[in-house]
Amino acid sequence: MTTDTGTTTKGPVLILGAKSDIARAIARSFAGAGHPIQLAARDCPRLEDDARDLRTRFGVTISLHEFDALAGDTHAAFVAGLDLPHVAICAVGAMGDQTQSAADPLSAAHVIRTNFEGPASILAHLANAMEARGSGTLVGISSVAGDRGRASNYVYGSAKAGFTAFLSGLRNRLQPLNVHVVTVLPGFVRTAMLDGMETPAPLTADPQEVGAAVLKAVNTRRNVIYTRPIWRIVMAVIRAIPEPIFKKTSL
Amino acid sequence: MSVLRGWGRFSCAECHVVTARSEEDAREAVLAAPLIARGNGRSYGDSAINPGLTLDMTGMDRMLSFDDGVLVAEAGVLLGDVIQTFLPRGWFPMVTPGTKYVSLGGAIAADVHGKNHHVDGSFRACVDWIDLIGPDGAVQRVGPGDDLFDWTLGGMGLTGVILRAQIRLRRVETAWIMQETRAFTSLDETLRAFEECHDAPYSVAWIDCSDGPHHGHALLLLGRHAVPADLPSRRAPLETRHKRKLTVPFGVPFLFRGLWLRALNGIFWRRGAKRAGHTLVDWDSYFYPLDGLQHWNRLYGRRGFVQFQCALPPDRAAKGLKALMDAIAAAQTGSVLSVLKRFGPQSGPMSFPMPGYTLALDFPVNDRSLALMDDLDAITLAHGGRFYLAKDARMRAETAQADPRALSFAEMRARTGLAGHFTSLQSERLGL
Repeated sequence: MTTDTGTTTKGPVLILGAKSDIARAIARSFAGAGHPIQLAARDCPRLEDDARDLRTRFGVTISLHEFDALAGDTHAAFVAGLDLPHVAICAVGAMGDQTQSAADPLSAAHVIRTNFEGPASILAHLANAMEARGSGTLVGISSVAGDRGRASNYVYGSAKAGFTAFLSGLRNRLQPLNVHVVTVLPGFVRTAMLDGMETPAPLTADPQEVGAAVLKAVNTRRNVIYTRPIWRIVMAVIRAIPEPIFKKTSL
Repeated sequence: MSVLRGWGRFSCAECHVVTARSEEDAREAVLAAPLIARGNGRSYGDSAINPGLTLDMTGMDRMLSFDDGVLVAEAGVLLGDVIQTFLPRGWFPMVTPGTKYVSLGGAIAADVHGKNHHVDGSFRACVDWIDLIGPDGAVQRVGPGDDLFDWTLGGMGLTGVILRAQIRLRRVETAWIMQETRAFTSLDETLRAFEECHDAPYSVAWIDCSDGPHHGHALLLLGRHAVPADLPSRRAPLETRHKRKLTVPFGVPFLFRGLWLRALNGIFWRRGAKRAGHTLVDWDSYFYPLDGLQHWNRLYGRRGFVQFQCALPPDRAAKGLKALMDAIAAAQTGSVLSVLKRFGPQSGPMSFPMPGYTLALDFPVNDRSLALMDDLDAITLAHGGRFYLAKDARMRAETAQADPRALSFAEMRARTGLAGHFTSLQSERLGL
């Protein structure tokens, strides 16, 4: 879009689950590139300081939107109330506690709803709106944990596997309709999710790296990205381990 | 648990680390256990290490408002982010230390100084107010005139958790510095030049403390912010090219001994002397030459390095500096190029800089250099000097307490209950 002053104005970018460290980093990347940002999360007045930060650093327009990924019945109205974004990024998710998830199927169901059902629901609504408009990009932050189920986090992993498959199918469906879908598969990222955990440095990204990678992936219309790229190899190896051996490992 | 180190990699401990992303997170931590706040880990020693609980403030890195050079920001914002954001709009930090990777909270806690101390004072000079979480978890806003403000600037995080602050930036017309280099062959000449150039906005000298024919050779670097007329006409005044960063992959500790040290110092001086005169230098190379070398702290090898920095009063500086440099030369160890700088008036009661001179240099950690540093401490005290806590990793408690401020600080902390809530390995080691 070009205005008559000759400067390019950039389309708005919606960030769902805007409170997380990855979401904050992604917001900075896109705001730094000049996009207005729509921050959406539960109890959105909590995001006021983040909004001030983005305005102060980048001088872009920031709006806050109340959004609950688990309240699927509100999603249609949520999308209808938006200035439909050019890029919508879903960073909703929560690891949960695997021990609790294993012991209590109800809490497992909550993890699955948070990581799969909620994100799939809101992206479905946004996909339909973008399809009707004939343009847009959807980004789903999934996880390498979805590439193979492991004892240490298979509830979270299976929900992410479902979400990854959903994104893949959505991309396939929307491909002829000029709506692009990017699947982001972060490995370890230094975020609240990993607070107190020691992870191998070469495999651990800073949130800023993920933010920069997502911006680049959207601009270059990539389909599936791993952050860091080494994870593509790591996960290829993990997926290749035959099940009789894999089941005896503790990865 | 994670291993935290000082920038010198000598201080090191397994710590329970909690990251603060909001005021609530910080309050919860303060109420949970005695702790120390940590910014970007640029203090050299154990100032920001507490094994029981270290509060990582890098999650609080939001800039909250900016109006006509006045910035309100959270403590975890880095000075480099401030420059990246506001230099293109014509603003630069009023006071900056030698690294742009210092956090705002760290700059306040150490009351850092820069090459303009003799004119503009220490970091305190640009701070309007600070939001501080006290032992009861309540947030207090303190400013000039408040006792707590005085104790906090230079208080090494021991007065509470610095949450956010308002600072003033300086207007600049370009992103460049007009630098003038002068070469000298003795300490006396260098000191005389410092006194003559007292009105240069920025001044610092690199001096050779190594043993040998170049001992006392110095390069005095003067600087001022360039104006557009100083620049080649095609250049956008506030733009600089992004510098390529090099990374130090491994240590080369042998470079910091006898022959090598002498040779490297000689090369630096001759190279500088040959280029004496005026040159245009971009802000990054001028203020932060070492930031271009990622992980430069690895250079000294596995045991790391310790930094020595003292300040000496004007009337005894020449004698004291000479005694320090002789002791360093005799020990045949130390860094390539020591930093010598003229200080102006002391900005606040807990500020490290005081009128006179400061000398700073690194030593690779080994028994000889640790013994040497004890000698340097004694020489400094004998000449009425004091030490910079942000650099210290190994001082003895009695050395620190020779500074009368240490005792009144410790007494205030005990009286107000701060001592039980905010502690670091350094505060315990030095009895602060």
